[in-house]
Amino acid sequence: MGPSLTFRTGVRDVLPTVFGYIGVGLAFGIVAHTSHLSLLVVAGMSFIVYAGSAQFIITSMLLLHDPLSAIFISTFLVNSRMILMSTSLAQYFRHESLFKNLLIGTLVTDETFALAMNKQNKTNGKLSFAWQSAANLVAYLVWGVATIVGALLGGMIADPTRFGFDFALTAMFIGLVYLQLISDRRLGLSLQLMVMIFVAIIYYFMIGLMSQNFALLVATVAGCLFGMEMKKCR
Amino acid sequence: MSMSLTELWVILGCGVITVASRVLPFAFVKQVSMPAWLIDFLTFVPITIMTALCCQSLFVANPGHLATLNVANCLAAIPATIAGVLTKSLLMVVVVGIMAMAVLRYFSIGG
Repeated sequence: MGPSLTFRTGVRDVLPTVFGYIGVGLAFGIVAHTSHLSLLVVAGMSFIVYAGSAQFIITSMLLLHDPLSAIFISTFLVNSRMILMSTSLAQYFRHESLFKNLLIGTLVTDETFALAMNKQNKTNGKLSFAWQSAANLVAYLVWGVATIVGALLGGMIADPTRFGFDFALTAMFIGLVYLQLISDRRLGLSLQLMVMIFVAIIYYFMIGLMSQNFALLVATVAGCLFGMEMKKCR
Repeated sequence: MSMSLTELWVILGCGVITVASRVLPFAFVKQVSMPAWLIDFLTFVPITIMTALCCQSLFVANPGHLATLNVANCLAAIPATIAGVLTKSLLMVVVVGIMAMAVLRYFSIGG
């Protein structure tokens, strides 16, 4: 990943992350197929809701005939981490027009957020509308197409996890967190390592007490507060 | 190719919810200047959220009890991390991770 911030560079930078999308997207399509969702519903979920892990939860809740209100609340909770990510990312685009900000916000995901945070370490804290849009668009299209292909293949693939593709997403986050760790010069290595360990410990204890998504939010917020205190002490 | 009324409402409702949680912060940050403490807080969001997302796949939740490790994911994470340290390439981390997991599955290691 270099310092260039053009649309083309954006496409190139996002390519390593699409493996994660393809694996999970295929898996979602297959799950949706076995849950008797039509192709139209799969497409609607991927292109309109566009919520990754929340789509799995919505599918299972639809299958259980949960009330609409419960489905809406779950979707909000699972996706509420996006509020933190968007607020964080939006600081890099304040100089752009409101319209461009809204366009970027519409398609931000965990992965393109993490990618952008890695990128700005290489560009002295700058990001561009063209670069971010390229990353967002490629991610959006690959996700949508992968879920539809998964739904079409449906019953044909006996066990998609056999070839290890389900690990692509985890591997991608490991790669992104490692690159973040070694390249964020504002915070430095030792402070970030302390924060990471703190987050892992909090998350470990919280998942016994609450849902995974709540635990993720609690660990994230606690980690940020811990980091702020540690930074003051230095 | 069909869609029930419930499915239509779910797609539209959840669509509005996900777009709002992504877009409103952008509109907010654009209009309002943020206090220093909030900016300080947000500098830690990338590392904390990425760490928590990794933890989500490395730990298995056991409601009411302490979490356990997802052994297969933890084992595959080792070569993936080493690939990251050696190459500093996201693509290599992903490729090595997938291959490691395929090998673990082939020998039925880690469940």
